[in-house]
Amino acid sequence: MTAAAVAPVTIVPPAGPAGMRVTQARVIRSEWLKFRTLRSSWITLGAGMAGMVGIGLLVSWATNNHWSRMDPIERLTFDPASRSLTGAFLAQLAVGVLGVLIVSGEYGTGMIRSTLGAVPKRLPVVWAKVSVFAVVTFVSTLVAAFAAFFGGQALLSSHGVSLSAPDALRCVIGAALYLTVVGILATGLGFMIRNTAGGIAALFGLLLVLPGLARALPSSWQNWVVPYLPSQAGMNLFAVIRDPSTLAAWTGFGVFCIWAAASVALGAWVLSHRDA
Amino acid sequence: MIEIRELSKRFGAKLAVDSLSFDVHPGMVTGFLGPNGAGKSTTMRMIVGLDRPTEGTVIVNGRPYAEHPDPLHQVGVLLEAKAVHTSRSARNHLRVLAATHGIPTSRVDEMINLVGLDDVASKQAGGFSLGMGQRLGIASALLGDPSVLVLDEPVNGLDPEGVRWVRDLLKYKASQGCTVFVSSHLMSEMAVTADHLIVIGRGRLLADSPTSELIRSASSNRVMVRTPDAGRLETALAGPDVTVTVTAPDVLEVDGLASARIGEIALAERIVLHELVPQQASLEEAFMEMTADTVEFHAAAGSTGGPDRSSV
Repeated sequence: MTAAAVAPVTIVPPAGPAGMRVTQARVIRSEWLKFRTLRSSWITLGAGMAGMVGIGLLVSWATNNHWSRMDPIERLTFDPASRSLTGAFLAQLAVGVLGVLIVSGEYGTGMIRSTLGAVPKRLPVVWAKVSVFAVVTFVSTLVAAFAAFFGGQALLSSHGVSLSAPDALRCVIGAALYLTVVGILATGLGFMIRNTAGGIAALFGLLLVLPGLARALPSSWQNWVVPYLPSQAGMNLFAVIRDPSTLAAWTGFGVFCIWAAASVALGAWVLSHRDA
Repeated sequence: MIEIRELSKRFGAKLAVDSLSFDVHPGMVTGFLGPNGAGKSTTMRMIVGLDRPTEGTVIVNGRPYAEHPDPLHQVGVLLEAKAVHTSRSARNHLRVLAATHGIPTSRVDEMINLVGLDDVASKQAGGFSLGMGQRLGIASALLGDPSVLVLDEPVNGLDPEGVRWVRDLLKYKASQGCTVFVSSHLMSEMAVTADHLIVIGRGRLLADSPTSELIRSASSNRVMVRTPDAGRLETALAGPDVTVTVTAPDVLEVDGLASARIGEIALAERIVLHELVPQQASLEEAFMEMTADTVEFHAAAGSTGGPDRSSV
């Protein structure tokens, strides 16, 4: 019999073997391990990046082929940098789905109970998931954006621009930043909604459906609403020439970041207040 | 050490756990019994903070679970439902949990070996049988070398050899001074594993006592007697503390007399006995009796203000 067995006194037992405790850095390491040990993460991410580069090359090649038959106004407003980054519209599907899935997948399988059992303070899990996914998304989409840009400009040949052209570098990095924030927004929605189908529907409702719905508003209202919707605000970061009714690149991106921050904040609130 | 005080959990209109208070002590295996829907799983989830109590507190090793810097070293938990990402391998699942506490991978491999999953450790956990899933769950519960184990139906789905292994493991952990809190619907399993029992029904505490005492209090010395001369024996056995029930024309159920004494009386009266069988109350019966009481309690509560529930 141990002393503890005969003395039902409340004592805090000594801390675990040398340094066994939860830290934010360790939760981040755990989330990184989670991400890379699921084959679906890499398949989704890989498909998204391949789509981003593929579409970029395809539209650049098609534009170059079509140049002689293009409308003069179209030629004047042609934006070679953003043309080669068109694939970002496709990549946001992959990034968005994956962002929802890294959270909803845990609810769907029951893994969340193990996760929160190990990290019962809960909020470190939100910060870890968001930061791991943001870094992974930024690095991979940045590679894809550069590949799409250089490949696309080569295929545009004389109509292409170099990276030193005005705003070209901002567009390339901007595409990666936009996609990263899409991922963060999606992760926040995952924590809020917990269900894969619901999270994905909410994300694309926000990004793709909402702008369409807002166009049904009276036009005097539209100017106050449409530019501030998440995708409308964020997308100018990878466009050189912008629609004057939309927000300037970095201003718009700032607004988009506020949407994502709100999503993560709400997700964190839900995680810490609802039963797992 | 787990201290539960006035713990309640409400899900909408349903009160799943109703002001429970009890302690789970170190150095022994404490069984947690109750019919389905009694609130066992909810109580266990509240111990590790997965569900938030509507009222009351749960203290584990002196603090709420979430306030420990090293939760996995305090409490090892296995909950009834699988808590594993189906597409991740068993080993990676354990590595993910270990990483949050800086537990080395060598410990992960040690646990895989301990639960006997070496051959399938690199396979996706989604393809595991119920028994393999339980073994993985036990491995994750033991990962942080905790001083408290909270296990919801750990033998569910295990083969007899696995059941025995879990039983030995629980007893070993208790002998090492761990607090072992284990739920089961297998009363027979609890009778051989648990030193102490907590019984709940409809979210309320029904019993909190040593296993042996619970069985003894329930057995109440009943003896079944089969005799062709039931009427005469009934008269002969009559006494102040004796209850005789005629369950069939030739069968009596006697409460309050030992079988030896019944035999002596029958001999003195020259009554032929065909059978004389002491009725061993099993834990199962003790449990049924107690939960039947909860039903009565709820049915009678409105009219009589509640019968007294003797604490067993």
